[in-house]
Formats: sequence, C-alpha cells, structure tokens
Amino acid sequence: MTPADLTLVLPEILLAVYAMGMLLVAVYTTKDGLASTLVWMTAGVMIALAAWIGATGEGARSAFNGMLMIDGFARFAKVTILLAAAAVLMMSEAYMKQRDLLRFEYPLLVALSAVGMMVMVSANDLMALYMGLELQSLALYVVASLRRDSVKSTEAGLKYFVLGALSSGLLLYGASLVYGYAGTTLFSGIIETAQEGEVSLGLLFGLVFLMAGMAFKVSAVPFHMWTPDVYEGSPTPVTAFFATAPKVAAMALFARVLHDAFGNAVSDWSQIVALLSVLSMFLGAVAAIGQTNIKRLMAFSSIAHMGYALMGLAAGTVLGVQAMLIYMAIYVTMNVGTFAFILMMEKDGQPVTDIGALNMYAKREPGKALAMLVLLFSLAGVPPMLGFFGKFYVLRAAYEAGLAWLAVAGVIASVIGAYYYLRIVFYMYFGDEAEEGIDGGGSPLLSGFLMASAVIMVLGIVNMFGVESAAAAAAAMLVN
Amino acid sequence: MDNLLSIVTFIPAVAALILLIFLRGDDEAANRNAKWLAMAATTMTFLVSLFILAEFDPNDTGFQFVEEAPWLLGLQYKMGVDGISVLFVMLTTFMMPLVIAASWNVETRVKEYMIAFLLLETLMLGVFMALDLVLFYLFFEAGLIPMFLIIGIWGGANRIYASFKFFLYTFLGSVLMLVAMVGMFAEAGTTDIEQLLIHQFDFETFSIAGVTIVGGFQTLLFLAFFASFAVKMPMWPVHTWLPDAHVQAPTAGSVVLAAILLKMGGYGFLRFSLPMFPVGAEVLTPLVLWMSAIAIVYTSLVALVQEDMKKLIAYSSVAHMGFVTMGIFAANQQGVDGAIFQMISHGFISGALFLCVGVIYDRMHTREIDAYGGLVNRMPAYALIFMLFTMANVGLPGTSGFVGEFLTLMAVFQVNTWVAAVATTGVIFSAAYALWLYRRVVMGDLIKESLRSITDMTPRERWIFAPLVAMTLLLGVYPALVLDITGPAVANLVSNYDTALAAAEAANQLASN
Repeated sequence: MTPADLTLVLPEILLAVYAMGMLLVAVYTTKDGLASTLVWMTAGVMIALAAWIGATGEGARSAFNGMLMIDGFARFAKVTILLAAAAVLMMSEAYMKQRDLLRFEYPLLVALSAVGMMVMVSANDLMALYMGLELQSLALYVVASLRRDSVKSTEAGLKYFVLGALSSGLLLYGASLVYGYAGTTLFSGIIETAQEGEVSLGLLFGLVFLMAGMAFKVSAVPFHMWTPDVYEGSPTPVTAFFATAPKVAAMALFARVLHDAFGNAVSDWSQIVALLSVLSMFLGAVAAIGQTNIKRLMAFSSIAHMGYALMGLAAGTVLGVQAMLIYMAIYVTMNVGTFAFILMMEKDGQPVTDIGALNMYAKREPGKALAMLVLLFSLAGVPPMLGFFGKFYVLRAAYEAGLAWLAVAGVIASVIGAYYYLRIVFYMYFGDEAEEGIDGGGSPLLSGFLMASAVIMVLGIVNMFGVESAAAAAAAMLVN
Repeated sequence: MDNLLSIVTFIPAVAALILLIFLRGDDEAANRNAKWLAMAATTMTFLVSLFILAEFDPNDTGFQFVEEAPWLLGLQYKMGVDGISVLFVMLTTFMMPLVIAASWNVETRVKEYMIAFLLLETLMLGVFMALDLVLFYLFFEAGLIPMFLIIGIWGGANRIYASFKFFLYTFLGSVLMLVAMVGMFAEAGTTDIEQLLIHQFDFETFSIAGVTIVGGFQTLLFLAFFASFAVKMPMWPVHTWLPDAHVQAPTAGSVVLAAILLKMGGYGFLRFSLPMFPVGAEVLTPLVLWMSAIAIVYTSLVALVQEDMKKLIAYSSVAHMGFVTMGIFAANQQGVDGAIFQMISHGFISGALFLCVGVIYDRMHTREIDAYGGLVNRMPAYALIFMLFTMANVGLPGTSGFVGEFLTLMAVFQVNTWVAAVATTGVIFSAAYALWLYRRVVMGDLIKESLRSITDMTPRERWIFAPLVAMTLLLGVYPALVLDITGPAVANLVSNYDTALAAAEAANQLASN
C-alpha cells in the first residue's frame, strides 16, 4: 500500500470518515435533533464528491495491487450513484420528519451504503467485490426496517436480510469455486484462465453462482422474490433509494465481473444473461398488471427495467455496456421523479399507495399530473420521451450482437408493460368525477424533483446532456 | 427560408407550449383565448405551409427543402418533402383549422383539449416530413399519446375501452417496426431515409427453424413494417380498433383520425415498404391485394348493418383504405397515383362526413340512425351538404371520390383481374350503405317528435364545410391538381421498384445457374 493508492480512493475514504465522524458527533450531542441537518449535509457531501469525481481523474489506474480499478466506467457509475443517493436523501427529509421517522442514522447509513457501492463498482478482485457488496447490503438491511414499530417494515427488513444472506452465500460459493479453479481472486488473473471455448467446468460453475448472487442484487427474475415485499414494506423514501442507487451499483458490478473477469468467454455467459433479461421483462410486465399498490407496481416495473438493462449486458459488446449505462442513468432519473410523486401522495396527512386514489388527479393538480404523465410514458418507453431512447440503445446493442430474438421479446414485453402505466394515466385523467381522491399535498421541493425529472425526459432527447459520450467513454474503458 | 419545414412543424407545438405555460384559469375568457390561440396557430401553420407548395418543384424527384443536423447515436434530425409526402403535409395543415373550428363547442378542459390537438398536429406533420428512420418512428409513435388522451378524456360513454384498445393495438403493431429499423440500421449503417432508399437490402432466401423465407431479410423487414402500417391503415383483419376509436372519439378526434392519422399507414407503405424492400413486397403482393379486396367487400357489408352513424362511416373508411392498399401494391403508375389521390380525397370526404355526424350529434346527442329521419324538412342546407359528401363517398364522377377509385381499380386490373373484379363489387355495396344511410337520416317525413325543433346549420358550421366542398368538387373535375405534383415522384418510385425487381431476378438466376 502506498500513498498513491490512498489518493486514488480518497472519495471513498472521505465519505466513510465523514459518516463515522458524524455518527460520533450525533451520538455525543443531540442525537435525532441533528438528523435534518445531517440529511442536508450528507446530500451536500455526496454532490460535492460526485462533482469532484466527475471533474477529475483520467484514464484507468489500479490501486492496492490491482484489487481496485479506478477507471472511466467506475467514475460514471459513482457519479450516478452519488447523485441518485443525494436526490433521494433530499426528497426524504420532509416526509420522514413529518412521520417521526427521521433518525440521525438514516443519512449516515445511506452514506455508508454509498461507500459500499463505490467499492463495488471499482472492485477488480473477488474479495474487494464481496467487501463492497456486504458494506452496501448491511446498511440497506437496516434502513429497510427503519420503521421499527411497523410489522411490514420489519418484515421487509428481515426478508431482505435472510434472502440477501442467501444470495451472498451463493456468491461466495461461486467466488470460492472461481478461486479454486483459477488460482487467483484478481479479475486480471481470472480473465487469463477463462479463454473462450476452454473454460473449465469448475470455473463455469463458479461463474453461474456468482451470477446468481448478482442477479439477486439487481432483482432479476428468478431471483426477484424479495423485491415487491421489500418495496412495499419499507418507508417510501427508503423504497425510492432501493429503486435507484443500489440498482446502478449492482448492474455496474455485474458488468464489471462479466467483462473484466470473464470477458474472454462472452458466449458462455451471454445466454444466461439473455435468459435473465427475457424472464425479467416478461414477469415485470405481466405481474404488475394486477397491482393496485403503487409501490408494488414500481417494484415490478423496476424488475422489468432491469430486464432491459440486462439486455444491453447480454450483448457482451462495448455498445451493450454503453447502452446499459445510458439505460441506468435514464432509469434512475425517471425513478427519482416518480418516487417524488409517490412521496406526495397523501390524504389527510396519511400516505396513500392505492392507485385508485389518483382518481381525477389531473383536475386538481394539472401541473403535477402532466409531469407524471410524461414520466409514465417515458417508463413505458413511448417516444418522444427519453425512456424510448434507453430502450432503443439496448435493442440496437442486442440486435447487433445477434440477439434479434431478445430484441423482439423485449418490445413485446414493453407493449404488455405499457398497459399498467396507462392504467395510472387512466386514473389521473379519465377517472370518475364523483369520487374523492388524494389531497394536493407535497412540498415545493418534491414538486421540483418531479418537474425537473419530467423536463429532463422531454428536453433530453435533444442531446441527452452529454451522457451519451460519457457512457461511450466509460464503456470503452471496461470492454477491451 | 432554410428551415421552412421545421417552422411549419413546430408552430403548433410552440402554441401548445404558450397555452401550457401562460394560460391560467378555467373561466369563459380563458377558454375563449385558448380556442382563438389554437385557431390562430393552425391557420398560421396553413398559411406558412403554402410557401412549401408554392416553391415545390414537382419535376424534381428528390427530396426538397432538406434540413439536416446531427443527433444522438449517429442518428440525425433530417426533414424534407418530395412529391409523395408534400400533399399529406398540405392535407394536415389544411384540415387542422377546420378541426379546431369544429371544436368550438367544447366546454370541458378546453385548454388541455387545444394543447392535445396542437401537439398532435406537430407530430403528424413530423411523420410526413421526417427523413430519418428513428425520427419518423418518434413522430409516428408519439402521436398515440395525444390521441389516447383525446379519446379517453373527451370521448363518449365507452371511451376507456376504446382508448386502451387504440393505444395498445397500434403500439403492438409499431414495436416490431422498431426492431426492423434497428435491423436496417445495423445492416445499412445509417438511418438516413434518402440513403436507405438506394441501399439494397439482402434478399437471399434462407430458412429459420425449417421455415423457408422467400426474399429473406427483405421479407422479414417487410413483414415487420407491414405489421405497423396495416394496423394503422387499418387493413382487414386488424381493423377492429378503428370502429371503437371512431365511435368513442369526440367529433374533432374522429375527423383527425379519419382524415390524417389513417394516411400515415399508406404513406409508410409508399415511403418504406415498396421502395426499400421491393423483393419482400413482391413476394407478399398477392396476399396484400387479396386482403384489400376482402376488406373492401367485407367491411362494406358490415357497414350495411350498422345502427350507429359513426360506426358506419368508420367501416366505410376501412373499405376505402382497401382501395388505397390495392393501388399501392399494384405498383404501377396509375395504382400509386390513384392511392395517393384516394388518400387525399378520403381525407376531405371522411372528415366532412364525420363533421356531418357531429352537426346533428351536437343537437340531438345521439348517433343512432333510428333516432333521425326526415331532416330535410328542417335542415335543407344540411341535407344538401350531406348529400354531396354521401355521393363523394360513393364515388360519383365529378367528385374526388371517383378519381381515386377508378385509378386504383384500373391499376389492379392490369395486375390481377380477379382482385379487380371482387373489389369492384365493393363499389356497389358502398353505394348501397351510403345511400341507405342518407335515406334513413335525411329523407322521408319528419315524424320523430324530438326532431321538431331541430335547427339548420349555423354560419360557423357552414363555413367549416365550405372549403371541404370546394376541394371535393375541384379535385373531382380537375384531378391534375394532385396528379401533376405526385406524377414525377411516383414515376420515379415505380421505375425504381421495377428496376430493383429485375436486378433481383437477374441475381437469382445467376445464383441458380
């Protein structure tokens, strides 16, 4: 270890030290009295770090004897993760305070899980990978059960923990097999033993278990069972967090392992990813049709979206990774806006999650309803919203990699999926005049996030705010 | 003016944005302002679009007024018109002020209503001008959103079913086209329509899972595009969304749907299917021709037994679109000319017929044919206008309806006599249902108690019909107005099609030797 290594991971170190330092400060001072301040401070620190990571650093450098890789791909993912986490933190403050949920641990746990995610996306070694993954997960288990006195919330936390532990076990088992057959935990070592066409059976087994573990983290079918319950049970701001930053991190990790460690054996894993992708897209689309709880609905929607992102990954090309990154960036932006809207859904001060309560929302709040309309069509992938371009990129990547059948399956699933997004539009716009719906509600900040997200979805089609070229550069660094 | 096309396309969108941001309140004055602003914007669009027509050179078979700018992912923002598309642009800009005028009585959510129609106009114009595959798809699909809202919010009793069916049906049709576009992008390396028109797609026969696909890649691409355009057109048997959508949509929505949105399918065939995949088109031509013939006869028969006026006209639209597809896939000069003519003429006639229904619906709030009868006694002006368009719908010589039907029938007669024979019987059926509708609604004695106090058309309504009457008669007696503009472009299209087929045949023979 040299000081040079430390400077490379300075953002991670700073964030970790900040979180632990503030934990001490809060414990020895006013505890929860400090919570609001901490939320804003943490968000501020994250945004500053994101700006720093985004503005500095060029090329790819490895640290700690190759255990961590700080390259364009990691930077892209880190910036996305930090901005998403900061946005969710800012959105949650008022909501949690109002419901007496705001504890000082919340922002700090989010910060710690963000540290874990940053390690995950940089991991270039199976040990580093596991360390990052567990740091992230442990923090998430706790925030899932933040509402201690609610059965659903504790159930969500427990379920997440048990199933998460199971998946970690699978992943560890896979890692040990890989280590056994490759003789190293370093990705740069594994890739040399895993050449196309001559991957040993043990290594292949290891790969499959690794992928099962990671599929759990991105909630791809058939490892998705925890998602609806955890989304529904957790407090809404926590759900918003689950739906955004950890998904980006897990997806980036997935891409990192597949390309950096097994990049010479694309044909061995491409089919598995394609299968995960097609199952996720269809289950996400079909299962959401019957949902009336908007949080469960968004859980299935996120499963379907992960299917599309995996489609880019299944291509196994630079274009595929680029498509996946762009897809995730768009997905996160849409979800921040959508959850800002869900946070505003309340009646007489109580949160409402039934989509029937949106009845004639457009009449009372035309502006917000319009923004939500844009987001819903964007989620469904209808042009001209940005969500369509996300789909277009992954379709193109899949097609050019010879996976035309996957592209066809993807578009058919998107038609099925469009139905349940339209159903929300139906409640908001076509509903029955007589019935009472939710109140106006919501702070200007939440409205701001909702509006900004919707505006991005429309204006982004001009040039995507430069995300395209950044993603292209990031993808080129990952795939050689 | 270098970006005339963009200006025309985005005037309505800008007006919609102004309405969205600056118009507040829900009172009488705000509603009136919304209506006038929409009227001003659509009229201005029409006036500016006249410059396109004035400066358009029919003898140039290439694209004119072309604008180009780079966009995301190697795509580009490219607009342009040629002899095939320019008249659809004019049809759109011509119809929209009339549509707005026909919506003057809308009372609920006027601002949103006008925004939806203005955005729809931008998207429709974009479809006819886009010269980039993905840009085309963007406009083509985005049009579903305002139409979904128009049917769903301002529609009739069963509007929710109709709006969902409309959206999901057409969405499903189009997504396959998206995959095909991705495939074309991958093979040709460009999404520029101008270049794709001269790119030759692979037509070597191959087999997938034991199924031999004659015409290979081209046939697959053709089928994917066909799925989209056949639904949009709509062709039998995928036409079932149209009667529902028409019946439930408000009058103005029906007019837009019949007059403009349906033409996108026909335009798509002419822009993509025929010139880009000639081999695939040739393989499937018999199928398409028979589908058209069946559509003409079958939907005419179905129209005969309808109780609902709008549904009747909707089925008659499907039948008339059958003539269009028939003409297109006859793939000769008369056929394609006739198809374009038929689409333009149908735009005026079917739009006018839906407006006719709207006039009495506004008074009686029912579309049941049985609820009317003997209207001529109280509404002589209405009876006259309705008669004119009924006759035009039947295809009476002297009206524009005749020219298109005659040309397409003549064209298909040269290609497939049997199809022509079957389709011609459809002309008789169309006379039957249209005249019978007219007799039941307008003729006879006024015996219904509820109709005693019905009033004739207001000056506003008469003025809406005036341009449509003029166009129908003008094109009926002087069709060269349209055919002179389309002629050279169509001749070019047809000769390219024949050349490509001959080349493909030669290549196949070479391969088999």
